[in-house]
Amino acid sequence: MPYDDKLQAAGEPLADAPLLEVRNLHSRYGPVRVIHDISLNVQAGELVALVGGNGAGKTTLLHTLSGLHPSSAGTIRFAGNDMTRWPAYRIVTAGVCQVPEGRQVFAPLSVEDNLRLGAYRQHHDLDWVRQEMERVYQLFPILQERRQQLAGTLSGGQQQMLAMGRALLGRPRLLLLDEPSMGLAPLLVDEIFRVIVELNAEGVTILLVEQNARAALAIAGRGYILETGRIVKTAPAVDLLADDDVRRAYLGY
Amino acid sequence: MPEQIFQFLVTGITVGAIYALVGLGFALIYNASDVVNFAQGEFVMLGAMTAIALLGAGLPLVLAAIAATLLTALVGLLLERCAIEPARGASVVTTIIITIGAAIFLRGVASLLWGKNSLPFPAFSGNEPIHLGGATLLPQSLWVLGGAVLLVSLTRAFLNRTLLGKALLACSFNPVAAQLVGINVKVMLRLAYGLSAGLGAIAGILAAPITFSSYEAGIMLGLKGFSAAIVGGIGNPMGAVAGGLLLGVLEALGAGLISSGYKDAIAFVFVLMVLFFEPTGLFGHKVAERV
Repeated sequence: MPYDDKLQAAGEPLADAPLLEVRNLHSRYGPVRVIHDISLNVQAGELVALVGGNGAGKTTLLHTLSGLHPSSAGTIRFAGNDMTRWPAYRIVTAGVCQVPEGRQVFAPLSVEDNLRLGAYRQHHDLDWVRQEMERVYQLFPILQERRQQLAGTLSGGQQQMLAMGRALLGRPRLLLLDEPSMGLAPLLVDEIFRVIVELNAEGVTILLVEQNARAALAIAGRGYILETGRIVKTAPAVDLLADDDVRRAYLGY
Repeated sequence: MPEQIFQFLVTGITVGAIYALVGLGFALIYNASDVVNFAQGEFVMLGAMTAIALLGAGLPLVLAAIAATLLTALVGLLLERCAIEPARGASVVTTIIITIGAAIFLRGVASLLWGKNSLPFPAFSGNEPIHLGGATLLPQSLWVLGGAVLLVSLTRAFLNRTLLGKALLACSFNPVAAQLVGINVKVMLRLAYGLSAGLGAIAGILAAPITFSSYEAGIMLGLKGFSAAIVGGIGNPMGAVAGGLLLGVLEALGAGLISSGYKDAIAFVFVLMVLFFEPTGLFGHKVAERV
């Protein structure tokens, strides 16, 4: 159990309850049911992958977790609090920060302003914001170079880095990543995933939602397989990579 | 003749400054929610009429103006809270129609409270005309211009220099991302309505000594402010200011050189021309979305 070792090494007590605990969650768009009875949990310090194809309900699940979309049944607990009905800003304040699908940066604002807005709920803690911004610039030096540039003029990969930096400035206890590899060249995907591993090693708990099953399961500790709104399989990532069904459906060999 | 033109310019800039402030109010709400608030002119009227009423009740001018601005801002906030917020999730067009309803309602209340006559408001510092080159202008014009410069600068600084202002802009750039960084979009919307109403009220109070005010004064001012906002490229606050000034000057020149009967027609024909040749407004963002 490498995660437990790390937590104890950091001097934190081992919590029994998971950091994120989703129970029997349902979510729908009008009459269309998108999420059926999903239960999953993420322990503090973990890197969990949630893998599924197009239209499996990955983004709807993350929108429901972030309070952008209401759930129709079930509960979401975070750090011991029931946040099922919380508005989005309260969920962010509690430390659940999302890097949305398609980056969604504030295109007409500068890179630096995007990062500052990421710290919207932390703005009172100026020292921390300054430090964290330095850390983001160290993780992604290209952002520092372009900090006065408008976010909309960045390349796709740079926008992905900016979206991640923006989420880090929200002081996440749990980072939700929605398809960070989407539309990126393989080299950039490697770079982004390297940073995800680095962040997790520094203690950020991560739920990584991906269509790129191979890359996601390669760095995750555990994985869930999502198909048409249902969790069909869950296991340690190494086992999923070796699973015949998963290989056939998602890994293509 | 050059003197005459100079006079028209002076008049036009004064009127344009009023349009600019009204247009700025449109731009603020449009920025936060993509909604054109057709009750914006009513905020202008409410500011002026409330100030007139408070002055009549014996308050000193400065206090009456401040109280009227705050009361109007409160009306704007309540409008958002009681009429716009319950319709959350409705289409933009539905919301715009709600604002038209609100405008009619506010006009009705004003006519019940203050009757249907035009009411005067004293100039802030007398009516002794100031001679400037060959033109004359009223001291109140200087108040209008000074007030407009101050308010526009403050709004600009708010939007470009403060985190709260940027958060307000973020709500229009990308509402989903705005929520994901923890911006409470509801509160931002209330803020936008309150600010717009306050801005409108100050515009109304500054202009009242020149134009007088009545329960229906907001209709034309609202339309002109809206025109200023679309000429400048709706959603661009400084564009709205430029649009307002341009509109005011064109109107004054048209009224002076052609006929004052065509004053409003000139303004609206100009708006149509702008929309025809430059549909995103003279200073609007060129819409180019990456798919």
